Amino acid sequence: MANGKNINKTMNGAQLLIKLLELQGVDTIAGIPGGANLPMYDALYESSINHILVRHEQAAGFFAQGVARTTGKVGVCFATSGPGATNALTAIADAKLDSIPIVAIMGQVSYSLVGTDAFQEVDTYGLTLPITKHNFLIRNIKELIKVIPEAFRIALSGRPGPVVVDVPKDVQLQTIEVTDLPEEIKIISEKIEDPQTINRIKEAAEMINNSKKPVLYIGGGVINAEASNHLAELAIKSNIPVTCTLMGLGAFPPENPLYIGMVGMHGARYTNLLMHEADLIIALGVRFDDRATGKIEKFCPNASIIHFDIDNAEINKIKDTDIHVVGGLKEILEKMIPSITNNARKEWLEELDSLKNKYPFIMPSKSDILHPLNIIKEIGNILSEDDIVATDVGQHQMWSAQGYPVKKPRTFLTSGGLGTMGFGLPTAIGAALANPDKTVVCISGDGSILMNIQEFATLADLNLNLKVIILNNGHLGLVRQQQELFYNKRFIASKFATNSDFAAIANGFGVKGIKIENAENALEIIRKHIKEPGACVIDVPVSPQENVLPIVPPGKANYEMIGGEE
Amino acid sequence: MDNNSYCVIEITVKNHPGVMSHITGLFARRAFNLEGILCGKIGDSEDSRIYLLVDNDERLDQIIKQLQKLYDVMEVLICKTCKPSVFSQISEIVKNSDCEI
Ligand SMILES: Cc1ncc(C[n+]2csc(CCOP(=O)(O)OP(=O)(O)O)c2C)c(N)n1
Repeated sequence: MANGKNINKTMNGAQLLIKLLELQGVDTIAGIPGGANLPMYDALYESSINHILVRHEQAAGFFAQGVARTTGKVGVCFATSGPGATNALTAIADAKLDSIPIVAIMGQVSYSLVGTDAFQEVDTYGLTLPITKHNFLIRNIKELIKVIPEAFRIALSGRPGPVVVDVPKDVQLQTIEVTDLPEEIKIISEKIEDPQTINRIKEAAEMINNSKKPVLYIGGGVINAEASNHLAELAIKSNIPVTCTLMGLGAFPPENPLYIGMVGMHGARYTNLLMHEADLIIALGVRFDDRATGKIEKFCPNASIIHFDIDNAEINKIKDTDIHVVGGLKEILEKMIPSITNNARKEWLEELDSLKNKYPFIMPSKSDILHPLNIIKEIGNILSEDDIVATDVGQHQMWSAQGYPVKKPRTFLTSGGLGTMGFGLPTAIGAALANPDKTVVCISGDGSILMNIQEFATLADLNLNLKVIILNNGHLGLVRQQQELFYNKRFIASKFATNSDFAAIANGFGVKGIKIENAENALEIIRKHIKEPGACVIDVPVSPQENVLPIVPPGKANYEMIGGEE
Repeated sequence: MDNNSYCVIEITVKNHPGVMSHITGLFARRAFNLEGILCGKIGDSEDSRIYLLVDNDERLDQIIKQLQKLYDVMEVLICKTCKPSVFSQISEIVKNSDCEI
């Protein structure tokens, strides 16, 4: 990597920007050029940075997320002013809600024209203000030297999130004499030294030691903090059952008997019922989202709450806590674990077993080969624990969360907070490029895949080891399910009038397309194509009648879930 | 004006053209009530002081935490000695301009 010291060079703003990105360790940028960012592209011409030409700026943002979600490093994307910037917004908002560190660098019309309704001018700063962790509009070339490393620091530090840097074209073309440039930002996590905090951690340990029925409630914060080993140590030492939110999947190994699956709206019956019995909830890196808690007044009514989180604003936001600590989860758990006593928790684990036997997660019959859950289970058998699954949004996403065994952090990529259809394919492409030694599978639906289907072209360009499995039910399945269950079966706008031939479409883009016609040999065909290196798209017909169960009806408590019984 | 039902938050911010939209945007998108706002430069420094008149209710804690997260906000205090009534007198205090257009 280039070293910034003693550069002694005259550069324009665009060259300086690219140099600063190189110095932050950026090796890949996804984007689309246009009038307002052409100087940046001209500077990229001379850079070691690899540029991925996607086909839509939303995909550039999701590509960056695919890099960030799998590596923990900042993902970077480029877009031009106006429509380029507005196209990228969805992916930026998505990164905000899931706390994903990306930096989006936008071209802007020249600063001298800002505010004049110039061609392709849009107020990117104003538009991105509510959907970023922070945003910058550069007014002067000198600001770049401070702002670019700062953007990376903001994206990565504390609770991660997206940062937008809007760079007017005249700033890209201004020149500057550069002597000294900043080095790569390193985030150093804060040690816990404050005696009051240490006391509270001790009190929390005592509360855990004295509890009879504790449950660890785990969110994406544990993955961002890379604290899953500490979580495992705590859970095993004190025999505490562990449940994960959608974003927390992968933070705890599912084969461990303490694991009780995903909590909430589509959690298993025994999971939600066990939570209801708990006398202590240890909430780590979670935000008590309504999809996880159900009706909050009735969430774990008998439990005290311990909440550890990096973001002070999450404490007492939705649920009042008995003990909370704000800080890095690794550091907090490191301090707490020595005060945790070994505890067999025989009665509590027996209660877990009996609830699990009585109200298990119900799998469909094996003979129903093309039931989405059976296909997803099989994908779980085919892939190794290091391989990566990205989902789109809908029923297939929830079935993936229920049925795919996520064994390691950063191997399950899903749009949790924003729930963005179209997330899957471009995120999977970013993940595949950043993880060339892994197989990446994108599990999508026939609705979602069409929201970024143009990225088949990028996939063809790169021929990545990426398999797209489309669970094709001819419907916006999750919408159909809602209408069936909660709108008196008044089905509207949830069934597609025509069915696209995705294998032919893939072929048209230059990606191998496979259409599975019926259940016969279906799983063998899927296995064969996942095992083969390279890209492919597999269109799998599934029944439109299936529902994701159990389900907590809107506004109900988690224990009031319906369905999913034998 | 009933002084107990309102509270004045005093914040110190880095002064640049976008900072006010960050603050008012936060109140709008989090559905916090903002009853009044006063803002001025601190001497000839780069910083500004902003006084926000807000409801004194259970959301105050969350408002303060969210303000503390804003990048340009350096300090957030509850101004115990500030008089909410100042906000209802603003028009009288301000109306003495000789700006001519
Ligand atoms: C961009 C966007 N628009 C609309 C929705 C609302 N929505 C949620 S799930 C869903 C249906 C998804 O259909 P499909 O991708 O075919 O998946 P399925 O539910 O059938 O598995 C819709 C329309 C959304 N989440 N995202």
